[in-house]
Amino acid sequence: MKKLLNTLYVTSQGTYLSKDGECVVVRTEDGEKHRFPVHVLDGIVCFGNVLCSPFLLGHCGEAGLAVSFLTERGRFLAGVRGPQSGNVLLRRAQYRLADDPVESARLARAVIAAKVANSRAVLRRCLRDHGDRVHAAAIGRAVSVLDDCAGRLRMPVDMDEARGMEGRAAAAYFEVFGHMILAEDPAFAFGGRNRRPPLDAVNCLLSFVYTLLAHDVRSALEAVGIDPQVGFLHRDRPGRPGLALDLMEEFRPFLADRLVLSLINRAEVRGRGFVRKESGAVFMDDDTRKVVLTAWQKRKQDEVMHPYLKERLPLGLAFHIQARLMARAVRGDLDGYPPFFWK
Amino acid sequence: MLVLVSYDVSFEDEGGKRRLRRIAKVCQDFGQRVQYSVFECVVDPAQWTRLRHRLLEEYDEERDSLRFYFLGKNWQRRVEQHGSGSSYDPETDTLIL
Repeated sequence: MKKLLNTLYVTSQGTYLSKDGECVVVRTEDGEKHRFPVHVLDGIVCFGNVLCSPFLLGHCGEAGLAVSFLTERGRFLAGVRGPQSGNVLLRRAQYRLADDPVESARLARAVIAAKVANSRAVLRRCLRDHGDRVHAAAIGRAVSVLDDCAGRLRMPVDMDEARGMEGRAAAAYFEVFGHMILAEDPAFAFGGRNRRPPLDAVNCLLSFVYTLLAHDVRSALEAVGIDPQVGFLHRDRPGRPGLALDLMEEFRPFLADRLVLSLINRAEVRGRGFVRKESGAVFMDDDTRKVVLTAWQKRKQDEVMHPYLKERLPLGLAFHIQARLMARAVRGDLDGYPPFFWK
Repeated sequence: MLVLVSYDVSFEDEGGKRRLRRIAKVCQDFGQRVQYSVFECVVDPAQWTRLRHRLLEEYDEERDSLRFYFLGKNWQRRVEQHGSGSSYDPETDTLIL
């Protein structure tokens, strides 16, 4: 069984990372700050002006560590993965499957069904915990829309229909998403999803956490040797990690969205931690970013029961398990892909 | 699991300094220095075999001493730190710099 390893996030500007023996050495202007053996990590995420020596990158590639470069505000720039690895037969099987509209629709349907069910679980959990403080009727209506979508997704549907269900479910879900924000602070008013750039604090948080999720899911896919670019639901587009986006869908509601909600509702992030630029874009400041990263790392250590394997595992490992199950489904060892249903 | 590695290297002969340096280097590859000649290494069994093998290659059986303490998987509650010096828990600390 794979172990949940740590991820190193480097947000201090002007940091230099290099390799010494088996260690990542972190240097700033004042000299060496830290060193970590590579084997305790499974990824490095660099924000903004962080330099990595080529030898460190090569070593990480060899050791299977994903290194991602993001802008200071968390937009993905590039990833370094080392030599192409894994099973070429698996990847060929994946491409054949992606070219087959019926099979792709089947996989896409599984992913969307899980996303819809997990979104519904998030709404229901909110009704259960804060039913008296939220607009229960509106959330209830959204739950029934999601119910309907989930029911239809139980039947075999084609790709367009599956996409339609996803759109309908997402619209209903984000319409009431703002109701789940209990903080009084007007900075956290939520009018709907927007991105590139995010126009309010909630969207800023959502986009940032989705980027962290994408990094983790993508490296899990790379680790099992499946091609993160060739998706089933998300069709090919240059530079887009389609399969990583597919696999992310089921995790978005309960991992990313709930994390954002609890950061706001527990007042761990404040309205003053966000800056508005002239363009209207909203970004978080350094301290807020650290709070979010810490919460994200802690959340990944929470233990959950895996719905398919019936085993307790840290949430952070679920990406790796799902990637492996996806590989098995692609290879035909499983009849279908069992997505992660959160309870 | 956590293995605590501590060593004493004799400086009586010429090679002492070199052995000390090389042993420290091996330990550093696998763990963190918590005191001058004490390292905490969080390793899996395969990594531990490699670490042990490399240490036993470097030390001098006649003059030096190596001690390994096995603190197991639930080592967090078996370690206390007082006074100066800071360390991190590679498994659960959030590594944000």
